[in-house]
Amino acid sequence: MLIFEHSHTGRFAAAQAPHEVAETAIPKHLQRKERAGLPEVSELQAVRHYTRLSQKNFSIDTQFYPLGSCTMKYNPRACNTLAMLPEFLSRHPLAPVSHGQGFMQCMYELQDMLEDVTGMAGVTLTPMAGAQGEFAGVAMITAYHKARGDLERTQIIVPDAAHGTNPATAIMCGCEVIEIPTMKDGDVDFEALKKVVGPKTAGIMLTNPSTLGVFERRIKEIAELVHDAGGLLYYDGANLNAILGKVRPGDMGFDVIHMNLHKTFSTPHGGGGPGSGAVGVSKRLLPFMPIPFVKKNKEAGERQYDWVTEKELPQSIGRLSAFMGNAGVNLRAYVYARMLGKEGMQRVAEFATLNANYLMKRLADAGFDLAFPERRATHEFIVTLKKQAKELNVNAMDFAKALLDEGFHAPTTYFPLLVPECLLIEPTETEAKEELDLFVDAMVNVLRNSEKDSEQVKAAPYTTPVRRLDDVRAAKQLDVRYVPDVA
Amino acid sequence: MPFIPHTETDIESMLDTIAAPSIDALFDEIPESLRIKELNVPTGMNEMEITRLMHDRAKQDGQVLNFIGAGAYEHHIPAAVWQITTRGEYYSAYTPYQAEASQGTLQLIYEYQTMMTALTGMDVSNASMYDGASALAESCLMSIRAQRRNKSVRILMPLTVHPFYRQVVTNIAGGQNLEFIEIPFDKKTGLTDLDAVKAECEKGIAAIVIPTPNFFGALEPVDELVDIAHANNGLAIAVTNPMTLSLLKPPGEWGNVEENRGADIVCGEGQPLGVPVSSGGPYFGFMCCKQAYVRQMPGRIVGRTVDLEGKEGFTLTLQAREQHIRRSKATSNICTNQGLMVTAATIYMSILGAQGLERVAASSYSNTKQLVKLLTQIDGVEPVFSGEVFHEAVVQLPKDAPTVLEALSHKHIAGGIALGEFYPEFKNCILVCATETKTEADLKLFAQELKAVLS
Repeated sequence: MLIFEHSHTGRFAAAQAPHEVAETAIPKHLQRKERAGLPEVSELQAVRHYTRLSQKNFSIDTQFYPLGSCTMKYNPRACNTLAMLPEFLSRHPLAPVSHGQGFMQCMYELQDMLEDVTGMAGVTLTPMAGAQGEFAGVAMITAYHKARGDLERTQIIVPDAAHGTNPATAIMCGCEVIEIPTMKDGDVDFEALKKVVGPKTAGIMLTNPSTLGVFERRIKEIAELVHDAGGLLYYDGANLNAILGKVRPGDMGFDVIHMNLHKTFSTPHGGGGPGSGAVGVSKRLLPFMPIPFVKKNKEAGERQYDWVTEKELPQSIGRLSAFMGNAGVNLRAYVYARMLGKEGMQRVAEFATLNANYLMKRLADAGFDLAFPERRATHEFIVTLKKQAKELNVNAMDFAKALLDEGFHAPTTYFPLLVPECLLIEPTETEAKEELDLFVDAMVNVLRNSEKDSEQVKAAPYTTPVRRLDDVRAAKQLDVRYVPDVA
Repeated sequence: MPFIPHTETDIESMLDTIAAPSIDALFDEIPESLRIKELNVPTGMNEMEITRLMHDRAKQDGQVLNFIGAGAYEHHIPAAVWQITTRGEYYSAYTPYQAEASQGTLQLIYEYQTMMTALTGMDVSNASMYDGASALAESCLMSIRAQRRNKSVRILMPLTVHPFYRQVVTNIAGGQNLEFIEIPFDKKTGLTDLDAVKAECEKGIAAIVIPTPNFFGALEPVDELVDIAHANNGLAIAVTNPMTLSLLKPPGEWGNVEENRGADIVCGEGQPLGVPVSSGGPYFGFMCCKQAYVRQMPGRIVGRTVDLEGKEGFTLTLQAREQHIRRSKATSNICTNQGLMVTAATIYMSILGAQGLERVAASSYSNTKQLVKLLTQIDGVEPVFSGEVFHEAVVQLPKDAPTVLEALSHKHIAGGIALGEFYPEFKNCILVCATETKTEADLKLFAQELKAVLS
């Protein structure tokens, strides 16, 4: 039932509304004629409705959520509680900095810690999501070439295994996308790369470990090749969890990187946002960083921490959000980073990798085919169900849906696009061994059921609030808002 | 180990299964020369220690009596809103790609879309963008895509649009061959100069951006602006505050021409609907449009459909517009929406309802009127614009505005923002706002302290 179907004309949560005041003097022709069609319910009805709706979701707090490339680790509750202290919530973005020194010190220290873990020379926290961080990165690369008068560099090289945001971002920045293939072992095709780099190369966008769940072993040669040709290297930080505290993108030769703080630094995914796409840069890109970010002045006092704006950074690619990015998300990431500390950050990569390799081995032993059996798993790995699709007529999507009935969120399906019938599985470091064992049992169970009765598996899920949905109908008979029946 | 559950026995048995001698051995594909020994960040803190630290930092900032608006507005938020929003089932879920396991989030977004179309008078809403400024940038890009036959790339951008929004639009959409034409405003009324709009239309337009209430808080002549846009084969892009739409005519009804009524795209900052001002984010941008343009809209959209038993359910739809399918040909690179903020806004709108929201709007309107009255009773403080305002207004001070504001901040009052930084000709002017959260005593205190600072 929709909230609108609980509506009764005239009902509202009186405790929440301000007292009535005199009518406004807004000119009649600018006024609304009919009351807006919002729900008319009591506070209890709203609370009950949205509490019940929440119970129809899978989430990290309720299920193992091995969604590859998404890093669904535990979101510590303290991060939320401490980011929501009343002083932080009530601080207006344009309030005087004298009343924001505590908040700004947190942001400054977060920038500092992120610089260190990525090996970059500067960090800005303003991009509001990974995709906006990518935009900032590519925009800085093009600004850098333009500033040097190198106007021909308009091509961005992207491996075919990349996230869809990479090519989409390059286009938004006015660049041309050059795609390069991946080799059988999961590494980028170095020979193909050699052929496309040149005087038109603005840069290359890489994820390392790649979306295939393996570490790009020739990264130093790639960096050298691209740099020698005059291009820059962009690091897509989607998989930073795999290497946190172990290797640093800056040391690999990257010039600019975005981090998904909602992955590696455990801020909530929130049903699809808000994210935060902090960006780190090498020395040569420092003048182009998006503003504002926090600087620390030498003298203590009410302006010790202050904003860097375009006045100080005239070559900046500018402002990307109305204010200073997703500040509250960044506060959560700060709390998380301080709780982990340097030892904790290294343990993130170590135990994420241990869990992934353990789960990979157990699934392989149970009869599942790995996409890259000769390679180490990083923090994630790929199972391909090509054989099952052919022999049992049960594909990756069927497996995903059947896993929901087993009480697990499905791994990522059909991404990366290169591997047929793939499940991209990322257990993260916060899962206990017994949870991984239960997941293996569930996978085996689905496999057995597929062998016994594939039709039954193809009709899964059975236990979720709804069964498989008609996506074709959703697109063809577009129903994207409720229209009440006029009786 | 914080947040890592492994016991020594677990580690041993797992390594045994993998047949690896140590955890370190699992990193053997990474070139040795790249590996680092130690980070340079501080050692970890437990929850008790970090709690103490964060409370100290928060206390250092304190809380001020706030009269700043300028794109972020302080409103009362019912306790239930964030208690429910931060339930783990909403807080720690991912994007609803597995629809059957995400019906809570999906239905909520469908309800949100319905509420936003009700407020704006439009046909379709997406599941939200990052913030109001980026939503405007995306709206401008969309207006070009939506008109294949219109070859113009000129978008009229009134100077009464929030200065930061104008910057963001140029920074985000500037790489794609759009031309933004600045439109001056009438210095007496604070409203967009219609003659300048008409003159620029003669060179052809793709769209006109219509801000209301505009940056000065004033209500623009929206009917005339929509009609001009349409008469010149352009689209009308409204950028507005959704809270004010509980009282104002919805953009879908703007215009005096019966057969071509309404703005075509409506966007803005959703923060006033249940999201705290919290230093600038996270907020959410809303974006609505007419049915005809839905396939050009960026971002996620949720549709209602049925499952294989005919039962009603919800799913992401029209995904062929998006980056994970279309890659370089997508409508935008956007991937997330601001899911958690939309959750809060949906619960907020349900609890307040139209009546509650009308009272919030009317109370903010009348508090601002009262504030301006009190402030302009002070010697040398004058109203600046004659245009009708909603819940923000510009007043002129007899002294340098930044200096006055700094003095007020020492008395724990955030007395608005100085306009001179954005509009040099209004050097001594400040933009002030008083929402429903301010009492009569608060308004009087502000006036009294301002008087003291000025004397």
